[in-house]
Amino acid sequence: MKLSMKWLADFTDVSDVNIKEYCDRMTDTGSKVEGYETLAEDIENVVVGKITKITKHENSDHLQICMLDCGTGEEIQIVTGAQNVFEGAVVPVAKAPANLPGGVRIKAGKLRGVESNGMLCSIAELGLTLHDMPGAIEDGILILNDVGLADAPIGADVRDVLMLKDDVVEFEITSNRPDCLSVIGLARESAVSFGKALNVPTPKKPAAKNDGDKIENYLNVEIRESELCYRYSARVVKNVKIAPSPLWLRMRLRAAGVRPINNIVDITNYVMLEYGQPMHAFDYACLDGSRIIVRCAEKDEKFVSLDSIPHTLDDSMLVIADAKKPVALAGVMGGENSEITDETKTVVFESAMFKGASVRVSGKKLGMRTESSSRFEKGLDRENTMAALDRACELVELLGAGEIVDGTIDEYPAPATPYKMELEAERINAFLGVHLTEEYMAEILKTLDFKVEDKMLTVPSFRDDVRCMSDVAEEVLRIYGYTKIESAPLMGVTTQGGRTARQQFELSIRDALVGMGLCEAETFSFISPKFYDKIRMAEDDPRRVSVVISNPLGEDTSVMRTTAIPSMLKILENNAAVKNANVKLFELGNVYLPTEADKLPVEARRVVIGAYQSEAKSGDAFYAMKGCIEALLDTLRVKGAEYTACTDDNAFHPGRCAVITVNGEKIGVFGQIHPLTIANYNIDAVTCVAEIDFEALFAAHEVMPEYTQLPKYPALERDFSFVCDEEQTVGVLSSCMKKAGGALVESVSLFDIYRGPQIGEGKKSVSFAVMLRAADRTLTDEEADGAVKKILKKLESDCGAVLRS
Amino acid sequence: MKETLLKIREDALSAISAPDADLEAIRIRYLGKKGELTAVLRGMGQLTAEERPVIGQIANEVREAIEKELGAKAEAQKAEALNKSLIAEKLDVTVPGTAVNVGHVHPIARIQREMEEIFIGMGFDIVEGPEIEYDYYNFQALNIPPDHPARDTQDTFYISENILLRTQTSSVQARTMETRKPPIRIVSPGRVYRSDAVDATHSPLFHQMEGLVIDRGVTMGNLKGALEMFAQTMFGADTRVRFRPHHFPFTEPSAEVDVSCFACGGKGCRLCKGEGWIEILGAGMVHPNVLTMGGIDPNEYSGFAFGMGIERIAMLKYHIDDMRHLYENDVRFLKQF
Repeated sequence: MKLSMKWLADFTDVSDVNIKEYCDRMTDTGSKVEGYETLAEDIENVVVGKITKITKHENSDHLQICMLDCGTGEEIQIVTGAQNVFEGAVVPVAKAPANLPGGVRIKAGKLRGVESNGMLCSIAELGLTLHDMPGAIEDGILILNDVGLADAPIGADVRDVLMLKDDVVEFEITSNRPDCLSVIGLARESAVSFGKALNVPTPKKPAAKNDGDKIENYLNVEIRESELCYRYSARVVKNVKIAPSPLWLRMRLRAAGVRPINNIVDITNYVMLEYGQPMHAFDYACLDGSRIIVRCAEKDEKFVSLDSIPHTLDDSMLVIADAKKPVALAGVMGGENSEITDETKTVVFESAMFKGASVRVSGKKLGMRTESSSRFEKGLDRENTMAALDRACELVELLGAGEIVDGTIDEYPAPATPYKMELEAERINAFLGVHLTEEYMAEILKTLDFKVEDKMLTVPSFRDDVRCMSDVAEEVLRIYGYTKIESAPLMGVTTQGGRTARQQFELSIRDALVGMGLCEAETFSFISPKFYDKIRMAEDDPRRVSVVISNPLGEDTSVMRTTAIPSMLKILENNAAVKNANVKLFELGNVYLPTEADKLPVEARRVVIGAYQSEAKSGDAFYAMKGCIEALLDTLRVKGAEYTACTDDNAFHPGRCAVITVNGEKIGVFGQIHPLTIANYNIDAVTCVAEIDFEALFAAHEVMPEYTQLPKYPALERDFSFVCDEEQTVGVLSSCMKKAGGALVESVSLFDIYRGPQIGEGKKSVSFAVMLRAADRTLTDEEADGAVKKILKKLESDCGAVLRS
Repeated sequence: MKETLLKIREDALSAISAPDADLEAIRIRYLGKKGELTAVLRGMGQLTAEERPVIGQIANEVREAIEKELGAKAEAQKAEALNKSLIAEKLDVTVPGTAVNVGHVHPIARIQREMEEIFIGMGFDIVEGPEIEYDYYNFQALNIPPDHPARDTQDTFYISENILLRTQTSSVQARTMETRKPPIRIVSPGRVYRSDAVDATHSPLFHQMEGLVIDRGVTMGNLKGALEMFAQTMFGADTRVRFRPHHFPFTEPSAEVDVSCFACGGKGCRLCKGEGWIEILGAGMVHPNVLTMGGIDPNEYSGFAFGMGIERIAMLKYHIDDMRHLYENDVRFLKQF
């Protein structure tokens, strides 16, 4: 809401406050100021001058030399290229040196050898448009004679003559205060904020003409939807003379950011800005059947709004109709079929009150938001329609724009009853933590137009937002001053505070991975459904069913991810693009798994690890990732993890992917990204990704570390190399050895795998170190050899692995 | 015989004193099984009973002397060798150390944890709520019925008519009231979503932290006190807190909260755009309708709530000038935190 300070002065006098202080104080009392602007500040030394003589420029066909009387006693010579000047014309003169809008600086100089001491100005050069200055022309000098200012005092500052000077304060009005979307509303707030008097004159009712002509002869109003239209007030103006509004009115509209059109339309806008009551003017001649019917549109009913845009309506939308057709979309915009034109002779003024939600929904459905609808949708004052209507008629008479027909139509099926409530001073003090007297509170409330009688408050009709103690507390507090609240420590029952075990577990994961040299990432939860194709997810994979956003920003962010792998690949790609080498990232992020329709999906947390690196040896990256996972599980005390080759996840290399299980439950998957998958991302390095379920990790972890006695007796180590088939896995060999060696086997660790001609095609040599130990005695060599024998035998029989000679 | 022994001693000691003496060879030559001293001792049998102890003692003295000298020389040689190798092993200490790959916590997580610790210290629990949420918890239970104009200011992503991506962590308020009874002191961090295109200061996904305190006799002064304590721990002990009136449907009175600029102390600088104050959060006293909907009697209890953007705090604190960095995850960025 843009407020003209000149307009404000009609209702309250804050002239002793400088504009900066005004803005600060208004913000402090709850009307947030976005900024302010001093209009015409950039115009300097532009005065009214009269052309006394025009001569031709010797060296130019189009230039003319004007002599100007600017009231200084000395004539000023100015060369102009404009053709619409004439002797005797009164014009705006930028006397060198002068400033014009847009940082234009006018200096004295010579034009083709002839001295020119300034410039004659067009409307554009003064920052004006034809709407602001009807009667002027666009491609020529502004001739003040053409705009009714022939009598402007010579030498006067053009800003005064054109009424350009004003301070405009822009407010950000919160949705609970539609009453402040008006000059009067802000005047009330200003008066209270600065302790000034508020003077809102009651508009003068037009004197009855008693000429026998009355509104009933013209119009019949019927509200068919009293749930959507609470009140409909109307008056008729006849013998209308459409003309431009006077300068003062146009300049006020301009300051408020509204384009002047003509006197009748300007009056409706002026009243809306002043009273906060949107109004509409219909050309009576266009109303069929002398009727106004407030009804819902018919399904698919056609309507062309004032801005010439055709709309198809539906039956939830409230329209103002005549006997045959809709003539306005209630509260949003009028129709082209009944708009005010230069030929309009009779006008119907509408001042009505529509249900906010209805206006909001209609506007939203049709993609229309106007000054009118943005006011209505917040809920306006039902008691304001008549005052606004009277003000409009007052202006009609003031402007001589027409004659008011006797009588008013005011359909008001269910008048609002004033809301009353108790002023609970003690409770307010306790609630805010302040100590104010009841009298002080009452004073503030009275200035805000509350009635206070015997601890009973009557809330003004324009304050629908005040309904309970805390609302009243806010009214008192914002005037008393938010800044005066004194800080107090939290009191009451001591609470423990802290994190749940699950939240602490999450911190452990983060700390462990950071400790291993990984950087944490944050990625978007929504992805493109095409990302599933990018990671080559099977067509029938259940993870392709995502929670879909019905109004996404774009396809790239249109579904909630069911796997975080594409997000990880995307950010690895970001890093590859800027040539970061050997990148290791992790994310603790959610995936969203649909359940039933109309039920919330499961939000499952995932630990996602991703890395790319150059490999010294094929397989390095895979084993680096596995090492990272093993270290993570170790840190988290998740024991007994098993790794099984996984060949059917197309995202991964079929020979370099493993499923992680703990106690038979799958908790995650990791592996090298398939060459065909990685081809969909610009990453030129071996890339591995892991996705592990947080809940499964949490469920599997040992809460407390449990101490095991350190061994008292020495261990014996035996190293073996076996030759076995290429297909045989280290996992199977190890567990076979453990099983065969029984309790004496403390650990089996792989230390080499060798392939070569002496081993043979399709074979490999695998070397293990086996630690043997008994808890209660020193092992003898015989015992160890016995265990070794069993191991060797079992390996040969079960795994076909023979000791390498 | 005595002379022989003394000659052996002299020869041995002389050999040991040579600069590069091969001590092991010397030991074998004189003291070894076939060594010179051993040979002399073998001849002792030919001596008389009187001579034997005398010569025996001399022989022992000679042996001891040689052994002692050998030992001393061995020590000296070891020390010299060590010295030599220490000199040879000298390193250029200005050569950079072997790189250890250090990981980094994401700046959002880092700030979030810092914020959580402050509130945990004040007795707050950390609670979480779903990101995909019912309209009821995100709006209706917060005093924002359908068609409320406040819905327009939060461009919401919808899943269905009743399910949406939460636009604010305030959705956790109603959920908390349903599951806990006063005294309630919680903060709830998490992701929220608004339909804003990505640019330097907007993101369709960002993080907020909601706070909720409900108890008997909670005042707006308590709200200010709690936020002041938070701000002073987060931004520095001299930080001041300023409340400005505002409107949120779920608090009444509501305030926008500024902190004095921690870069300039309030004098006005680039960070605070010359204002001296920086807006960091919205807060207020929990609206009685919200308490009632949460099953808490507003005549018995009161409370306050606040909500702040974690990205905003992180960007202010670390002087991050472009929000996009936070989600692009360039390690050159991540490694700065």
